[in-house]
Amino acid sequence: MRDFPLKTGSNAGQNTLLDIRNLDAHYGDFQALYGLSLRVQAGEVVSVIGANGAGKTTLMRSVSGLMRNQAEQVVWKGREIGALRADQIAALGIALVPEGRLLFASLSVEENLIIGGQMKRKGPWTLQRLYRLFPILQERRNVPATALSGGQQQMVAIGRALMSNPELLLMDEISLGLAPVIIKSIYEALPSITGEGLAAVIVEQDIAKALAVSSRVYCLQEGRVSLEGASSEVPRDAISRAYFGV
Amino acid sequence: METKMTKSLSVARATRMSGIAMGLLAVIVIVMALAPYWAGRAELRLFGEIFLYMALASLWNLLAGYAGLVSVGQQAYVGFGGYMFFALAILWGVHPLAAIPLAGLLGALIAAPVAVLIFRLRGAYFAIGTWVMAEVFRLSFAQFSALGGGSGTSLPVDIVKSLADGRAAREAAAYWLALGVVVAVVGLVYAYLRSSRGVALTAIRDNELAAKSLGIDIWRAKFTVYVVTGGLTALVGALIFLQKLRISPDAAFSVNDWTAFVIFIVVIGGIGTLEGPILGTLVYFALRETLADLGSAYLIALGVLAILIMLKAPKGLWGLVRARSGAELFPLSRRVRGLDD
Repeated sequence: MRDFPLKTGSNAGQNTLLDIRNLDAHYGDFQALYGLSLRVQAGEVVSVIGANGAGKTTLMRSVSGLMRNQAEQVVWKGREIGALRADQIAALGIALVPEGRLLFASLSVEENLIIGGQMKRKGPWTLQRLYRLFPILQERRNVPATALSGGQQQMVAIGRALMSNPELLLMDEISLGLAPVIIKSIYEALPSITGEGLAAVIVEQDIAKALAVSSRVYCLQEGRVSLEGASSEVPRDAISRAYFGV
Repeated sequence: METKMTKSLSVARATRMSGIAMGLLAVIVIVMALAPYWAGRAELRLFGEIFLYMALASLWNLLAGYAGLVSVGQQAYVGFGGYMFFALAILWGVHPLAAIPLAGLLGALIAAPVAVLIFRLRGAYFAIGTWVMAEVFRLSFAQFSALGGGSGTSLPVDIVKSLADGRAAREAAAYWLALGVVVAVVGLVYAYLRSSRGVALTAIRDNELAAKSLGIDIWRAKFTVYVVTGGLTALVGALIFLQKLRISPDAAFSVNDWTAFVIFIVVIGGIGTLEGPILGTLVYFALRETLADLGSAYLIALGVLAILIMLKAPKGLWGLVRARSGAELFPLSRRVRGLDD
């Protein structure tokens, strides 16, 4: 593993929100993650890049509780949460925008959003605030969620996660299958989402996009961290090596 | 993509049509409540049976169509409710009118540990597990010698008489109980689905993974539905055997009578809609009353109809009606109405 100078420092500070320590994740006999460590500070945007099969989605599933691991391998604000259920983790303030959006097909746009807010965590995100961020959703709020375009559906998926007023937002390949112009508009909305101190982990195939929005980047390769550093400082050729392993 | 929707819109669940339908429904309920004064004994009995099947179908629809719990063992609760009603009334001398809700309560109580056990199973294994549980119930009650063991028992005359004086009054009482229970069950399912828990249930049905990651406790949501459905099914079971006046393990835990026909009703009516089970019950009884004389050909006809509907209209007859007309008698989904500010 190559280390590059980090602006935030890699020592566990008091502001560490998420601390993943030597995470091993398995699908039956198949091991997908090998001793992976990753840290997210409060208010920080971290991107995770890597080729298909590198373990990015497994990492997201492990943090959000959709895959359960050893308790001590995932630590949230000093508490070991690796073995908790997904709904318990959501209640702690970790929200997932799942890969492929996974909207509720028989509910309207607004009902999808309301479901996101059903835990009633306090915070800045309300329906009104969300509609200001994505005005098109207000116009189409009574339409079945799956009748929207792909980009609008992605807005619903992000909005649904925000409605729980999380402290950490996990976004798994939010640009997957969308037109470049749509991806651009969604990424333009990100600063106003993370602006108020909301931390985020963004899993992304598009390296340029990932580096542009994050302060730190982790590159995964075959279930291990192959590179970690400040997004603005890691050289592109180092990323290429870490990405493809050549 | 249509845009340019301005703010001169309002949202409502109810439509003019659903308003009229609700009014019509109220009239039908009142007319049916007066049935003991205008219908003959045979009709009254048939209506009572229709209402009880409607309640069973609505409950199975909530379980399978909304909570995704495809149980083929609901006869466990019908039979359990029936047996508890007989046990309370005969062995412990509880008044029949008190024994009916108590049978429902006991049904919910027994459903809780059963749920803990069978929720470990998924999909087809869950379905088989529910059936196995129902067989366990049947075999257990067949050992229950105080209630006749394998050959069953009848409700003693003095208990029947304590319900009301005179045969006509008793039959009317049983009929009103059946009508009351179907109105209560459909009303309860409707209210539940309109609540935020109901929306959460629909979300689970659509995508369990996404629902989980949004903080919905899936196990608890399904557990609640299973226990409530089990209790109400037991209550309906108590009424079924109050009407029949006789109970035996084979009749009480019949997979054909209390599950296969109920699934048929829900599938042809339209699973996952409130109207489906109601429409399906009416179609089922219309077929039964006209074709039952054909013997086994009648069952073949039911099977062929079920297959045809599953192939041609997978959302059932009500799905067909709704696709053509957009009708919704019980307004669950929200709609947009254009209004001038």
